[in-house]
Amino acid sequence: MQTKRTVFHSRILPYFLLAPQLIITLIFFVWPAAQAIWQSFLRQDPFGLKVTFVWFANYTRLLDDPDYLNALGATFVFSVGVTVLSMGLSLMFAVAVNRLLRSGRFYTTLLVWPYAVAPAAAGLLWWFMFNPSVGIIPYLLSFLGYEWNHRLHTGDAIVLIIIAAAWKQISYNFLFFVAGLQSVPQSLTEAAAIDGAGPFKRFWTVVFPLLSPTTFFLAVINITYAMFDTFGIVDATTSGGPSQSTNILVYKVYADGFIGLNLGPSAAQSVILMLIVVVLTVVQFRWIERKVQY
Amino acid sequence: MASIDVENVGKVYSGGVRAVTDIKLNIADGEFIVLVGPSGCGKSTLLRMVAGLETISEGEVKIGSRVVNNVEPADRDIAMVFQNYALYPHMTVYNNLAYGLKNRGTPKAEIDARVAEAARMLEITQYLERKPRALSGGQRQRVAMGRAIVRKPAAFLFDEPLSNLDAKLRVSMRGEIKRLQRRLGTTSIYVTHDQLEAMTLADRLVVLNGGQIEQIGAPLEVYHAPASTFVASFIGSPAMNLVKGELHGDKLAIGPAMIGLNGFAPTSGAVTVGVRAEDLRIARDDEEALPFRLEYTEELGAQRLIHGTVGDQQITAAVSPEIALSPEMRIAVDAKRLHFFSIDTGKRLPGHVPAEAKFAPVEPVL
Ligand SMILES: Nc1ncnc2c1ncn2[C@@H]1O[C@H](COP(=O)(O)OP(=O)(O)OP(=O)(O)O)[C@@H](O)[C@H]1O
Ligand SMILES: [Mg+2]
Repeated sequence: MQTKRTVFHSRILPYFLLAPQLIITLIFFVWPAAQAIWQSFLRQDPFGLKVTFVWFANYTRLLDDPDYLNALGATFVFSVGVTVLSMGLSLMFAVAVNRLLRSGRFYTTLLVWPYAVAPAAAGLLWWFMFNPSVGIIPYLLSFLGYEWNHRLHTGDAIVLIIIAAAWKQISYNFLFFVAGLQSVPQSLTEAAAIDGAGPFKRFWTVVFPLLSPTTFFLAVINITYAMFDTFGIVDATTSGGPSQSTNILVYKVYADGFIGLNLGPSAAQSVILMLIVVVLTVVQFRWIERKVQY
Repeated sequence: MASIDVENVGKVYSGGVRAVTDIKLNIADGEFIVLVGPSGCGKSTLLRMVAGLETISEGEVKIGSRVVNNVEPADRDIAMVFQNYALYPHMTVYNNLAYGLKNRGTPKAEIDARVAEAARMLEITQYLERKPRALSGGQRQRVAMGRAIVRKPAAFLFDEPLSNLDAKLRVSMRGEIKRLQRRLGTTSIYVTHDQLEAMTLADRLVVLNGGQIEQIGAPLEVYHAPASTFVASFIGSPAMNLVKGELHGDKLAIGPAMIGLNGFAPTSGAVTVGVRAEDLRIARDDEEALPFRLEYTEELGAQRLIHGTVGDQQITAAVSPEIALSPEMRIAVDAKRLHFFSIDTGKRLPGHVPAEAKFAPVEPVL
């Protein structure tokens, strides 16, 4: 690529200019990550008097711990649920808006709002709406004969955090899907219409396959979001309960480390999470490199 | 196979833009019609109304004996070739061709047979397993043609299908489209803004201007007897010379010069006079002629174009490259080669029509 190069005559200036970003990265990312890795090999006695180096004992113990395996399962259900729900809804909205782009502006603005809401606030919002005693949704559901109580029913609890987390992500997915849809040439759908494909068939056989780079990109983003960025939502709605059913990995790190004060195993968990992020990031970058896959 | 009848069709887009006005056009079964006109004159709009991709605001379109105003594009029994080809990028060439047949529930064996036949006709058999992005522009063009012909539709609609190809490929694909259309005998409407493409392909030309038909006719008819100054300047290259003149009885005055018309004057008074560059020649000493001041020349190889002025009006003449040039020359034209147009309306004035325009084009034996 041909880019304009700036030549610095001073040797120190470039480092000086990079320094703020580098310092932030070092202090807030690299240093804690290194500490977590170091911690994950250590074990403290309950009174914090003695620290022993235990190699991989924290890791092997984690993988034998039914609570951890349960959290792994919950995380899987949760991430898939959030990804499918939020992407499915945003795709629907995007298709609808794409059809009427003029008046679409207004809807687009509305649909983008949730993205600006902080996770904890979003969690609180859903906590209120689904609150078994004062919430509007349990009240409405009771007319359908369904007794909603996410404090007692594990299924309700999982559904609640999935909805709350998916809702926040819809805006982001929606914007990408709208952009993706706009880049599908109109003549392709016209050709398909002449070729005898009805609107549904046109969408699934022509438009959707052409959206696949966007879809894949968003799938990775959403899984990453669901796994790592949903602490606030879980904390504000279910706090991991009932009976650990919504204790997803990122929440368990916090619960074990800061509430249970079990630093070694908690650090091992966060290292595993870190590895998952690395894998997802690599997959995503690989994919973006070969953007056009058809 | 079917005839297509466009009856008093008009189009007003949703913003209130009027694109097409009162088009009446009857296309015979198997005929090759070319819609030609400058950019924005409504060619694509008209074609897309026939295809069913735009709603018809006024009038009706009939394919065969059926009014199709409210028929879905898929059910109009037409195939369209788009300017950007609109091939499905994620499907192989085979699937691109087969898509329309699959959607219509054609049995697999028949699909295979039809795709194979179309591929053979277009010489794309070896590319059937490739994706469009692995093809050259010309090959993509063939695939787009193939997608149209596998369906064996009643009509082909082409919207500037060759404009993305280089000049040489355009000429050869032009020939190929004509050959295929003759062989299949499918009624075709072809949109282009290239007058040469229009002349070479059409059984009949439809010249559009500002959403209205200026003239319908066989290419030579349009060339030799343009119905208006617009058609005269649009069809033919170089464009027909159009100058102001005045008719005095049987004499025509152009600037300072006066020439006799041998009884070809259609009216009297001020007129627009049209004359094709190739109908002008260097005058003999003993004949009536126009004084020509040479400005510059253009070499075309077989011909040389000389540009200059008669009085204060621009004139271009095509002469043999062997003829010696000088800054001041005299050029002559046969009176029967002159075209006269009304100065107010630009319409052709009734009168003499050159003999060439009355000959039907010779059909080649295939
Ligand atoms: N969707 C639309 N909405 C409003 N006006 C339109 C629309 N499509 C075309 N027009 C207008 O209708 C007129 C005719 O357009 P059309 O595309 O038929 O021209 P064309 O003859 O095909 O031109 P070109 O040779 O550039 O393709 C133009 O003035 C254009 O601006
Ligand atoms: Mg057009």
